[in-house]
Amino acid sequence: MKMRTFKHGIHPNDGKALTADAAIQPFFPKGEAVYPLSQHIGAPSKPVVAVGDTVTVGQMLAQPDGFISAAVCSAVSGKVKAIERRRTVNGKEVKSIVVDNDGLFTPCEGYDTPRDYTTLSPGEILDIVRDAGIVGQGGAGFPTHVKLTMKEGVQPEYILVNAAECEPYLTSDYRLMLERPEQVLEGLQVLLHMFPAARAVIGIEANKPRAISLLTEKTADTPRISVQALDTKYPQGGERMLIRAITGREIHATKLPISAGCVVLNLSTVVSIGQAVCHRIPQISTVVSITGDAVANPCNLEVPVGSSQREVLDFAGGLKAEAEKIISGGPLMGISMISLDVPILKTSGAILAMQRDEVAMWEPTACIRCGRCVRACPEFLLPPMLSQAADSGDWESFEKLYGIECMECGSCTFVCPAKRRLTQSFRTAKATLNDKRRAALNKG
Amino acid sequence: MANLSTAPHIRGGLLTSTIMRDVTIALLPALVMGVFVFGLRALLVIVLCAVTSVLTEYLYRRLMKLPQTVSDGSALVTGLILAMNLPATVPFWIPVMGSVFAILVVKQLFGGLGQNIMNPALAARCFLLISFPALVGAGMPAVGNLFREGAWQFVSGLTVDAVTGATPLQMLKDGQTVDLLQAFLGLHSGCIGETSTLAILVGGVYMLCRGVISPRIPCIYLASTIGFIALFCAVTDRALTANFLVGQLVTGGLMAGAVFMATDYTTSPITAWGQVIYCVLIGLLTALFRVFGSAAEGVSYAIIIGNTLVPLIEKVTIPRAFGKRGGAK
Repeated sequence: MKMRTFKHGIHPNDGKALTADAAIQPFFPKGEAVYPLSQHIGAPSKPVVAVGDTVTVGQMLAQPDGFISAAVCSAVSGKVKAIERRRTVNGKEVKSIVVDNDGLFTPCEGYDTPRDYTTLSPGEILDIVRDAGIVGQGGAGFPTHVKLTMKEGVQPEYILVNAAECEPYLTSDYRLMLERPEQVLEGLQVLLHMFPAARAVIGIEANKPRAISLLTEKTADTPRISVQALDTKYPQGGERMLIRAITGREIHATKLPISAGCVVLNLSTVVSIGQAVCHRIPQISTVVSITGDAVANPCNLEVPVGSSQREVLDFAGGLKAEAEKIISGGPLMGISMISLDVPILKTSGAILAMQRDEVAMWEPTACIRCGRCVRACPEFLLPPMLSQAADSGDWESFEKLYGIECMECGSCTFVCPAKRRLTQSFRTAKATLNDKRRAALNKG
Repeated sequence: MANLSTAPHIRGGLLTSTIMRDVTIALLPALVMGVFVFGLRALLVIVLCAVTSVLTEYLYRRLMKLPQTVSDGSALVTGLILAMNLPATVPFWIPVMGSVFAILVVKQLFGGLGQNIMNPALAARCFLLISFPALVGAGMPAVGNLFREGAWQFVSGLTVDAVTGATPLQMLKDGQTVDLLQAFLGLHSGCIGETSTLAILVGGVYMLCRGVISPRIPCIYLASTIGFIALFCAVTDRALTANFLVGQLVTGGLMAGAVFMATDYTTSPITAWGQVIYCVLIGLLTALFRVFGSAAEGVSYAIIIGNTLVPLIEKVTIPRAFGKRGGAK
């Protein structure tokens, strides 16, 4: 099969061998479950339960507050203990619903019963997706029902399934493809039913040949679904990089995929859609790779959302050596955690514990203008000039050099021989610029 | 407690010092060939350049209480490139003075590694060439103590004045033909590291394989130089022979300039199109100097003039961001 890809990018060591052959195991938390009301992009969810209420598995705890927002459903049964601010993955304290887990996992009414999607209208499917609290599981957590809502007269040409899993160490999507291919296809059938003019393409990086051959085989007699092998290159799973690789269309950072006729969904999001529509199971669990050289037993677990990350890590045997850094997610875009006493979120894909922190190993030195970052940047930016502008507070130049379009993939920082903290400086500059814009808007 | 920082949390294994080490290795064939051809005196010039460059950087950083950067290897590379550009006959204070100028004035006073507006070694060579033309520019050592007079002369080249002879590039300019094979191997008069095209290419291929340089800059620069030389000869009714054109490629400092100096990271553009413009430009300048200039050589001046234009070239070649291409907004 002909390989496709985007321009530039990097080839980090993928580290996937640690968990690639570990089948997904179920995990049931014993402790309390914590559901932050902001696990997605958009307005925080609005609680629909009160302290003292008894809740069951699959029951809605909070509803979307506005259009760009998401519901939150319970993954355990028990009593609502508190609605209070709790620390979440990124270190911030966020209003959360805390459920005292009774350990029985009593399902709510109708949970895990089949439903025929072919009788549903697109509008009904959207409502199901919204109420199931489905958000993008590629990391950003954009509410999926918003993504699937089309403007009048607009129909996507492509449903692109992001199964690149280009972040090193992560193997949850890979395991889903190998173990539950029928769930992937079920989700896709729902989407194709919603968008009768579209065809679906599953993009998989070439370092997962078993997944490519299995899904190619399974989709052989569904002409509207195909599999596309992609070069193993980071950030292949970037939304616009994936569109470029599969369709050849390039869209600018300010444009949505639909302007290229595409809807891009992460593989596990597609699975969640199928589960919600065909089996009435809302998005209450996520497959997490527990991995890294400090983890005793690297594995893939299906973890109920809200479980304590510490409990999950302990289930995997805990740490076998002291970890210099513990990351929620992959090493290139994940978040380093201040404490493990935070819940697994809908967007969690990994707990990565590393014995050595490469960031602390090197002090940044002078830029030698070697241009490796320029050749790595998938957005075609010029990191040396951007970092000069960012570090000297020259916001005008930063914008002129398209700095705001940096997607913070970290490629430039990875390849830099001077170990400069480029992405970090761009992130700060972007945040400052956005604040300035907001301030200007408020004034005006 | 685990470390906290924002993503990305991993780094590639490449370091600045690794790159500099690779450049140093790539310079070795040309330098060894220089010692082989010009005798032990050449080795002494090389060692003087290297030691003075490193020492100057060390002392400056120390006296100015700046972080020590000697270990990144860039000062060593500068010293070696300067030595490559000097004839073996120079008095010993020349490499010392050149190295101090390169490291102190051109590199450190502009802010150190990555901040210099010209290639330090080339700027130092031009400074020496202008200030002491009789010592640096003329009287290139003739080849072959080892080949002609045996080992004793090879060693004693240290003390006796070497025989000097016209460089093949000068012979070409004067309308003579040169032995291309000899020139390619480097068995002729000239600067220490520039005579052997073969040895330079070996170093160049090593850097290509190690990913230190891309073929873009050397190839375009060489093509541009030869193209413009041919053009200028054609319009000025000079006799244009294959020997002359190929001779331009394998004699003088062109190959060394294309492989080791035009490719200098700090003083060449970081944008792809900028590199193309830069190479065409320095090719044009090299051709102008070589065809119309009073001296036969022109590579050093062409490259340092090109160096100073790099910020301008980069300004007009900023690539359009992803998705902004092809007129789409």
